[in-house]
Amino acid sequence: MMKQINIITIRDKWRAYRHDPKSLILFLAVCLAAFITLAALAFVIVYILVKGIPYLTPDLFAWEYTSDNVSLMPALINTIYMAVLSLLFAVPVGIFSAVYLNEYARRGNKIVSIVRITTETLSGIPSIVYGLFGSLFFVKFVGFGLSLLSGALTLSIMILPLIMRSTEEALLAVPDSYREGSFGLGAGKLRTVFRIVLPSAVPGILSGIILGIGRIVGESAALIFTAGTVAEVASSVFSSTRTLSVHMYSISTEGLYINQAYATAVILLIVVIIINGLSSLLAKKLGGDGANG
Amino acid sequence: MKNAKETIMKFVFLLAATVSIVAVILICVFLFASGIPAIGEIGIFNFLFGTQWRPANDLYGILPMIIGSIYVTAGALIIGVPIGIFTAVFMARFCPGWLYKIMKPATNLMAGIPSVVYGFFGLVIIVPFVRDSFGGRGMSVLTASILLGLMILPTIISMSESAIRAVPQSYYEGGLALGASHERSVFFTVVPAAKSGIFASIILGVGRAIGETMAVMMVAGNQTVIPSKITDGVRTLTTNIVMEMGYSTDLHREALIATAVVLFVFILIINLSFSLLKRRTK
Repeated sequence: MMKQINIITIRDKWRAYRHDPKSLILFLAVCLAAFITLAALAFVIVYILVKGIPYLTPDLFAWEYTSDNVSLMPALINTIYMAVLSLLFAVPVGIFSAVYLNEYARRGNKIVSIVRITTETLSGIPSIVYGLFGSLFFVKFVGFGLSLLSGALTLSIMILPLIMRSTEEALLAVPDSYREGSFGLGAGKLRTVFRIVLPSAVPGILSGIILGIGRIVGESAALIFTAGTVAEVASSVFSSTRTLSVHMYSISTEGLYINQAYATAVILLIVVIIINGLSSLLAKKLGGDGANG
Repeated sequence: MKNAKETIMKFVFLLAATVSIVAVILICVFLFASGIPAIGEIGIFNFLFGTQWRPANDLYGILPMIIGSIYVTAGALIIGVPIGIFTAVFMARFCPGWLYKIMKPATNLMAGIPSVVYGFFGLVIIVPFVRDSFGGRGMSVLTASILLGLMILPTIISMSESAIRAVPQSYYEGGLALGASHERSVFFTVVPAAKSGIFASIILGVGRAIGETMAVMMVAGNQTVIPSKITDGVRTLTTNIVMEMGYSTDLHREALIATAVVLFVFILIINLSFSLLKRRTK
């Protein structure tokens, strides 16, 4: 009998609502909003998949881009180059600075608060401003020209805050007893960081890196004026390239290749879905709700 | 020897930490150094409040773009904020477990979809929809607002949700104990307590909307005229830069960089109010 006290049947609920229409309205509004959110996302994805999948022809994956086949293969390969190169810069810097902030800096250190303010600023800057900065600094001032390298350096600054924050969160989650145990066994600070602390923070760091890859894949505004729009596989870090997003932008605004644009959008969506799947898998491995970070 | 290694590595870590500081300084220096002289040459009043943007005639007034950015952002908020907050409330307080397992990845995925894909979707779906139901050419303030409203949803949802979840359970239970229904308890005790977190999420949404470039460019029409109705085309600060950067030279180019300076200052103000709010939450 005790059990039944807390069970509210639909009829009870309905009776309560009849006396309290305001609650009913709020309930309906909340459900409606959630429905709109889900429906909008489902609409975007389903529409693009339905329109795009029929046009995923072998032509689209030819090694060479011509105006006949509008192949996305060079752009796809360039995207991978771009991601690898950007991560090559951003990951070590991001991890090292998180290590400094978390393991070395003392509380109330001036540098720490400045770094926090600047990373917050960096994460709020719109990508077009990064693009403009990249074209002023890396392309013109440093002299790399419109190139893979300029684009990658610009993007690495852009994803730096992401990598730093996720690494820091991962480092914070490593219990102090690990560090104390390592010190107790006579290991130095450096050995403790590299052998004990960082290895146990790997899943968190990885999820940050995956989110970073997601941003690199999706970025277009920052790349147009830094990496350019040449639709060929980059032959060196100094050649101008277009990534998949920039490719998608080019062909969808030219207006001639609307079907290929759908198909390219499908590929972009699939890449993004895979990246999201990986990061939530890692989050699950971490336990808790790492997907928020 | 061992000590030297420790010291060197400590220095390396410190050096890495200063990279972000250097980056912000470089961004400020390069933008301001190339943009401020142009503002000086055009005249700050003519630049900020000039209604004519005609590079061919050396007229560089960005008021239409400033107003365009404000309109589009406001429109995105009108659409995105109510839906976003209500969805966040749903996810934090109403959602059954099985549905949450769908909603959470769904909102994450929404945040991950590239802006060109959103832009393309807007181009093929929202533009014809607006053209057919509201008239005009379809590329308009309204179109950009709908699309941006959709794009800022995940930002607002995920931050508001964690703000609502951070409210102690006792608030909710106190509401129930006083005889409030589940809905009243959530909306009149829990949500007000999460107020500052929700405001922070809105500010972050403003930042995203004002900074969005490619998607807006594909659906907004990009006319450099102050729109008089919501079905008129509009150009924002961000799209002004992308549209003309490719072929601009001299003063025109510098005026575009100065546009970015104005945008940058907007963003700095938004960031500042965001971090002030966040500090108050803590």
